[in-house]
Parts: sequence; structure tokens; C-alpha cells
Amino acid sequence: MLGTGLLQGLRVTARNLLGSFHDPKRFVTTQYPEERTKLPEAYRNFPFLVSESAEDPMGTLRCVACQICEKECPPQCIYIEKSRDKKPDANGKMQIYPAVFDIDTSVCMSCQICVEVCPFDAIEMDQVFELAATNRFEGLLLDRHALAKPNSYFHGIHPTEAAAVDARLAAARRASEEKARAAAAAKAAPKPAPADPAKAPAAPGAEAPRPSPPGP
Amino acid sequence: MNAVLTLIALATIAAAAAAMAGRNLLRCVLLLAVSWAGVAGFFLWAGAEFVAFAQLLIYLGAISMAVLFAVLLTGRSREDLVADRVPPRRALYAVLAAAAVGAVLLAAVAATPLAAGPTSVPAVGVRELGLLLMGPHCAALLIVGVLLTVALIGAVVLAAGERTEKPDPEP
Amino acid sequence: MSAPPADSVLERAPVLLRDWLTGFLPGRARWAANSLLDIVAILAVFGLLFAFLTLAERKILGRAQNRPGPNRTGWFGLLQPFADGIKMLTKEDIVPRAADPVLHFLAPVALLAFAILTFAVIPYGRDLVPVDLDAAVLYFFAASSGAELAVFMAGWASHNKYSLLASMRALAQLISYELPLILSFVPVAMAAGTLSASGIVAAQSGWKWNLVPHWLVFTPWGAAGFAIFMVSALAESNRSPFDLPEAESELIAGHLTEYSGFKYALFFMAEYFAMCALSGMAVTLFLGGWQAPLPALEFIPSYAWFAAKLLALLLGFIWVRATLPRLRVDQLTRLAWKFLVPVALVNLGTAAFWSLSFQWAGPLQLVRWGIALAMVAVPTLLLGRGLSGGLGPRTYRYA
Repeated sequence: MLGTGLLQGLRVTARNLLGSFHDPKRFVTTQYPEERTKLPEAYRNFPFLVSESAEDPMGTLRCVACQICEKECPPQCIYIEKSRDKKPDANGKMQIYPAVFDIDTSVCMSCQICVEVCPFDAIEMDQVFELAATNRFEGLLLDRHALAKPNSYFHGIHPTEAAAVDARLAAARRASEEKARAAAAAKAAPKPAPADPAKAPAAPGAEAPRPSPPGP
Repeated sequence: MNAVLTLIALATIAAAAAAMAGRNLLRCVLLLAVSWAGVAGFFLWAGAEFVAFAQLLIYLGAISMAVLFAVLLTGRSREDLVADRVPPRRALYAVLAAAAVGAVLLAAVAATPLAAGPTSVPAVGVRELGLLLMGPHCAALLIVGVLLTVALIGAVVLAAGERTEKPDPEP
Repeated sequence: MSAPPADSVLERAPVLLRDWLTGFLPGRARWAANSLLDIVAILAVFGLLFAFLTLAERKILGRAQNRPGPNRTGWFGLLQPFADGIKMLTKEDIVPRAADPVLHFLAPVALLAFAILTFAVIPYGRDLVPVDLDAAVLYFFAASSGAELAVFMAGWASHNKYSLLASMRALAQLISYELPLILSFVPVAMAAGTLSASGIVAAQSGWKWNLVPHWLVFTPWGAAGFAIFMVSALAESNRSPFDLPEAESELIAGHLTEYSGFKYALFFMAEYFAMCALSGMAVTLFLGGWQAPLPALEFIPSYAWFAAKLLALLLGFIWVRATLPRLRVDQLTRLAWKFLVPVALVNLGTAAFWSLSFQWAGPLQLVRWGIALAMVAVPTLLLGRGLSGGLGPRTYRYA
């Protein structure tokens, strides 16, 4: 009949109007900044550097300044300077560390290539987006102090990915330990043959020789 | 009361004179609208409320629209709307014609027997006006109604006659 | 029964206040001071109403769209209108170099002036008409038709082809809807026997069986007339779904393109004032003005009833804005000329039948109602069906 379409439309808006006061499905606004939306787990924004312990973030960085991410980064937003000395990392092994590790967040395009190519799982994607600064250049340049966050934080934001990384690192550590024990056992055993072909020592760095400390 | 009448008369005549003397055609039309409003003011001063508001409604609301549309839709460019200077021969003819019309009007007014002083005016309310229109003056009302209807139909025919009906396009 | 309502202090409060303020002045000066007070009161009340109406509109539109509307400026966004006012006042006033400066300046002024002039004849309460004219409603329509000149001035003075075109379209809309507006009012004048606003309100006094008021909206022709009046009022004040002249997608902003800052705000103020005035007139003509709907509720003052009805109509305007999509200009004019004018004329005939048959009593009353309803509804439905022939749910065909 003439006019029923109009009345149905009016009914829809009236239901929305009155429902918005008591029905959460009819009031979908999140009152930012008092409330935050729950971000999906796979959400990523800019990278951060993983440290093993929260108490000594600079001393337990997984990064060894190999500069692979710097070379692979498409917009070249990472700047790394190696250190002259070596410091013991979380597993006690003497490693060089990045003296300077800057990411220019005004350039970074969040492509995650640095995460994919890092052989040490030292750089991961963060979820912080409230990085507005008052300066267009220095304000958006994050140095290693701002970028270093503990592994526990990584577990907090990307639980499944962090668990997978930890499992992989633990497995690698166990495999290298196995190899070291087998090599030690072979050396201690009587020599049936002259010098064996030199067993390849533990592959560089990929398998850290000790399991990661249990995180909180 | 004479002061008010003088003011209204001055406003109306000044607006009309400015409208006639102006060069920008659209400003002239708007000034003419002001002079029509002045006439409405005169009706109000004379106590004829209904006629005053009808004057406003019809002249300011409708006739000024008709004039403006006519001016805008028939003028080809903005320059058409600014009149040239009037040559002196034409100005002389205009003054002579205006003087002739003025003389005729003055003669008519002087020849009519008007009351010497203020007389009592019957207050015609809207109700009385309606009864008068529908009673003794009903023929005039009907003729005007027919005239307006014919004009409306003619306008519709003129406007619709040029376009041919197009069938609705297929969805 | 309680004391007659005309004597209660709350009811007479505005008049008492006015007499207290100007009672000491002599005759002529007192009249002038009273008029001045009326003007100040109207400007203050409707100015504030305009401010909070903009906020109410944004909040209600927001809620109907599942979002809160402004809620950051002050509690529930109550300071939003003042923030908007400050913004409008401090914006740069740009006048195009080729524009006609006098007309460009006068257009919003004239529009606002005519909109405010229409407030003078609306009865806001029992003795609260600012100017009690014999031909009040005619004055109302005359003042609101002066706005058309201002719209044309705005479009022409901007020296912008598109503004001119858009103001022509706005004018076409305004002129087209004047006719159904006035035609829907004519039966009211016929039924009330007068053009005076307070007379029309008085003609709707009293209750049938002490329950149903004699408001004209409760008759078949009154309901149809009210509907036509409201649709035409929507179009006359350029409100959705007839807001083609000021829509952003239509030639930028139509005849308002070259206006910035406070002049722009004045145009919107004029639109809201026109909305309020037309709603006030609809309340007066069809909804019984300041009268209470039930005898038991007469203790509530008359101006409160008027305000309640006015707010209900304004909320209805906002509700319609939240719901209906905009009409194209040819759909607009088609609706006015091909639908509303014939329906208004049929309505006039129905009203004539109604007033000629007022003596029918008893079971004949039902016959009267039936005939009147049929006279209003059947042509409307047939006309509507005929005009929307071929339109219906779309079938989408994909390649």
C-alpha cells in the first residue's frame, strides 16, 4: 500500500534510536580514549627488539647486529652500528651487540620483512600505534632504548607466535646440546680411526646453546 | 499620522525612482520589489490588513519571481543586464510622457469630489471581505478564477508541449 | 473541580512578569516597551531553541545511526552549540571579488529577517500572541514567501554560475511547495471561519465526551491536511528529504557556496527559524494551539503545552531526516504539482462536505466519517498508485 515503505523506514530508525540506550548491538561506538577496542592478535604496527629479561633489556638483546634486516628493509628505515666490544648475551656467549639501532617510524611501512629474515628472532612486530610526536623527524625516530622490550611483553601481545618462537629456539638449543654431547662423547671414546672429518661445529648462532629463561 | 504617510510615500517613490534610474537591471528589480512593499505599507496605514498582506504575498512572493526569472532566462549575458546611458533626446521624450501622464492623473484627482476632512472608514474585517466577495462581487471573483486557471493551463501546455514523452529506459 | 486554569499563577506568569516590568510606564510608552519585551523574549527563546535544536538533531541522528553524537564538549555535548557559534564567528568572511557586495551582504540578512517576522503572529499561550492580527495566517504566509527573494539574491550575488543554477532550483522548490502549504490551510480557515490565529485556536477548544479534543487533526480532512502541511513545511524550510539546495553533493552547497563564517551560520539559523515557525503554525492550525488534550491536564500552563507540541513536531522533523533519502529536483517538483496539489484540492472538497454535514447525528455520524475518509483516502491512494506506476522493488540483473 502507498506509504508503507516510509513507515517501515521510520520504524527502523526508531528502533535504532531507542535501542541504542539499552542494547549494545545498537550502539557500536568505542569511546576512545577511555575505552580501547580489542586488537586482533595478528595486528602489527612497527617493529621492536626482543630482550630476554625485563630487568636488563640492553644487556640481553637477542640482536647481534648482523645487519641483515637493515639490508632487506625495502624503504631502508633501519640504521645499525655494530659495537666495538663484545658483551655476554643472555646465554653467556660473547656476542657483538648493536651500539646504535634506529628505526624511522615515519618511513617504516610495516611489511614485516625484517622479522621474516632475522635469523635470531631478535626483531618482532609491536602493536603500539599511539606514537604521535611533536617533531616530524627526531620525534618519530625510535632508538634501541625505545625499541627494546622483554620477551614477556612479546608473549603478551602475540601469544601464539611467541610460543612458536620459543619452541623453535628451545628445540634448536636441545639439538645443539645433543650434538655437543655427542661430539664430547666421541672425543672421549677410544680412537678407532685417525682424525675424523671435522664435524661442523654448532651452526653460527642460530641454535642458542641454552634454553631461554622461563618468562613470567 | 501624516508623518507616517509621508515617510511611506517617500520610501515608495524613492525606491521606484531608483529602480527606474538604475543601470544594473537586477538591482532595479529588487528596488521595484521594495516599492511594492512600500505600497503594502500604505495599505497597512490605511487599515486594510488583508489587502496589505495579499499585496506582499503576491507581489513580493510571486510577481517579483516572475520578473526575475524573465530577466535572467532571457538575458544572454551579464552585460545585457547593465543598461547604456540614455541619450538626451530619449530622456526628453521620457520627461514629456511622464509629465503628460502626471497631468492626466492630477486632473482626475482634482475633478473627483473628495471629502474635505477625515471621514470615518468602515472597518472591513476579513469576514466581511469574504462575504462581500462571495456575495455581491461573486461574478468578478469567478471571472478572475477562470482567468487564472486558463493562464495556468496555458503555461503547462507551453512548457510541456516542446518535450516529447520518452519511454522509461529498460532496467 | 480545581480553580479555572486561566487564573493559576503559573499560567499567568509571563503576563504578570511583563506587567511588573513595564507597568509604571504611561500608555504609549508602555505599548512600545511591551512590544520590545515581546521581541526580546522571542529572540531569546527561539535563539536558544535553535542552538539546542542543532545539538538535539546531531545527538538524535547519531543515536539513530548507532553512534553517540557529540559528547565531548561539556556534559553530553551541551556546550557544542556554543563551540559551533564561536567557530562560526571567528571564521574569515570571504566575499568573492566579482560578487555584488550589497546583495551578497543583504541576502542572509533578508532571509533571517523574513524568518523572524513570521514569529509575530503565533499564539504561544493563552494571552501570549505578540501581534493579534485579523488576517494573521495570511501575514504568516506573506512573510515566509519573502524568503524566496533572499534566496535569489544569495544565488545571484555570488557571481557564480553554479550558485545561480542552484538558487533557481531552490526557488522552484520553494514556489512549488507554497501551493500545497496554503491549500492545506484553506479548509482550516473554512472550518474556523476566521484567518486570525487566536480565533483558529479558540475554534478548536472544548472536548467531545470530555475526552477527545476538538483539534482539527482528529477529523479525516484535518489529518490529511496536517500531513500535507508537514510535508510542505519540510520542503519550505529546505529540510531532508527536500534539502537539495544545501546538500554537499549538489553543486557544492548550492546558493550558499560563496558564503563563509557568520553569514553561513545566518542561513542555517534562518532555516531552523523557518522550521520552528512552520511547526508553530502547524500546532496552531491543526493541533489546537496551546490547549491541553484532556480536561484533567489543564493545570499544566498553556505555553508548556505549546512548547511540548512544538518539540514533538520538531523531533518528528529530525526523525524524518534520519530516515528518508534525499529527493532529486524533478522528483521534488513532481511530488508537489502532481500529488500534493490534487490531494489538497480533494481535501478541500472533503472539508466542505464535512462542514456542510455537521448536523448529522447518531448513526449518521459514522456514515459521515466513512464518506469523509473515503473522499480523502481513495483519490490519494489511486493517485499515488498511478504516479508510482512502474516503480517497485528492483530486480538486479547481472551480466
